[in-house]
Amino acid sequence: MPLKILVCIKQVPDPERFDRITLDPATGSINRAGIPPVTNPVDRHAVEEALRIQEALGGSVTVLTMGPPQARKCLEDALAMGADRAVLLCDMAFAGADTLATAAVLAAGIRSAGDFDLVLCGNESVDGATGQVPGQLAEALGWPRVTHARKIGFVDGEKAAFVERQIEGGFLHVKVRLPAVIAVVKRINRYRLPTIFGILEAGKKEIAEVGCAACECAGIRAEAMGLEGSPTRVAGIFQSHRKRHVEMIGGDPKEAARILIGRLREMDAL
Amino acid sequence: MTHSNPDSENMKEILVWAEQCDGQPSGVALEILQKARELAGLLEGRVSAVVIGQDCRECAAGLIAHGAGRVFVVEDPRLGLYQADAFTKILCRLIGEIRPGIVLMGGTSVGADLAPAVAARLGTGLTAHCTDLHIEAIDGRDQLVMVVPGWRGNMMVKIVCTEKRPVMATIRPGVMERGRPDPSRKGEIVAVSADIEAEDFRARTLEMVRESEESELEQAKIVVSGGFGFYEAGGVSLLEELARAIGGVTAGSRPACDAGWVLESRMIGQSGSTVSPDLFISVGASGAPHYTTGFAKSKIIVAVDRNPKAPIFDIADFGIAGDLQEILPTLVEELNRGK
Repeated sequence: MPLKILVCIKQVPDPERFDRITLDPATGSINRAGIPPVTNPVDRHAVEEALRIQEALGGSVTVLTMGPPQARKCLEDALAMGADRAVLLCDMAFAGADTLATAAVLAAGIRSAGDFDLVLCGNESVDGATGQVPGQLAEALGWPRVTHARKIGFVDGEKAAFVERQIEGGFLHVKVRLPAVIAVVKRINRYRLPTIFGILEAGKKEIAEVGCAACECAGIRAEAMGLEGSPTRVAGIFQSHRKRHVEMIGGDPKEAARILIGRLREMDAL
Repeated sequence: MTHSNPDSENMKEILVWAEQCDGQPSGVALEILQKARELAGLLEGRVSAVVIGQDCRECAAGLIAHGAGRVFVVEDPRLGLYQADAFTKILCRLIGEIRPGIVLMGGTSVGADLAPAVAARLGTGLTAHCTDLHIEAIDGRDQLVMVVPGWRGNMMVKIVCTEKRPVMATIRPGVMERGRPDPSRKGEIVAVSADIEAEDFRARTLEMVRESEESELEQAKIVVSGGFGFYEAGGVSLLEELARAIGGVTAGSRPACDAGWVLESRMIGQSGSTVSPDLFISVGASGAPHYTTGFAKSKIIVAVDRNPKAPIFDIADFGIAGDLQEILPTLVEELNRGK
């Protein structure tokens, strides 16, 4: 059974450079200048899983992101991996969205892009790190969801997916009826890197741009988008203070070990 | 279904979803109850809990002893395992009936699945992985302020949800402190029918497979955690030896887990577990914020690393800088000598 698959991806600041993010104490705003954008790491695994399903069952793979014009780059990367086409949800009206407003716009964008059997996402982004969007997207679409997926399988003749859903210390075996939203974790696969051929092919593929008007046509009110559609907001940002006063124990290793263990025993920690 | 006018609603009713397993409340549910009690004290409100499962009414006594004034028990033979659709429907219905101002849920892998869907269906705000909750007056109204680590713990961000009710938040296990149970506390137990049908199992959990003991890490009094630097030095067995000698359990940073040296279920940090043991020993990790946020509340922190300027020493109580392959065997020797 060929499946029409859509993968939601997100462009994020490179998590390896998060330590360069600084806070302007005067304005309370975040400065992330000079941090290069990358595709959210687990989202690449979602694209990979879609491509593997397509290789096994046929069908199509569409990638979609919501973001500023430069987010086109992460779509190009996914097209170079092998996705068939891409959709960029881009409009000032989408800016400042929390997870609820993000999910609402993603759902409208998906509806405007066609009929799909399966939507795949990474389980969470490294920047927001809430893990809330996949489940909220499923609600906005009116579809069932499975998050924390580490394995996805299909059975001939059944319009359902069989998912190993990770939990603490094991997994749940879940059967989910399609269409559904499934959010994957990194261990689901090892993703491929684009080949030269893939990169050349990507240039010929379509990236459709969808704005506020098209989303309204797909059944979402403008008030439900962006900052206005977000029930939560940031009330303040502060630098985290976690410092303790460290007692460095020097000397040769034997001596240091003896002193440390002694101190811990004194404190009843052992 | 949403009640969106905050002025007609009170913040006073706080509802805690208490995850349970085999009739035992999860640790995080008890931790959250303690925080809910504190908030209810400030708001002159009350705390209710809801448990959903197959045979879960025996949870109620423990939840009452930890501060729940009312416990709603939803039992159904089809709810022995976590069923995403059915749990979402039940919780949304209960919230609609109880009309709490605040809903708090454990940020376990199940809670992290359930809370976003519930919030979306109610059309209200949800904040993930809160490390602190408090009440502040904003524009003359009491609001719940939710503090979350941002940018992998480099910043702390205050989030509010001023218009929609209930305000919803998830809290990871080990982040809040559990209170002392008081068996003399009185509470009401309310049995509620599940009211679910076949349509509420579009996603159906067929079975649960256990692969390792889940709670060992969260309950450990002593945790010995390795970073990438340590494993590069070839010290996997050294870490285990140290854990054995000191009576602790092993864990690791994300890079150590990504490299396959430590099980993902033993990952410490923002994308893994948060622990607050009596003693946390970190070896060979430089101390990136997304790692240290996972154990910052430990009673005593010991850091061992090659680099004396590593940021890990800023958050430790005791530090030893030097060659790990030299220091660790001497620590093991010293521990065994004292036995």
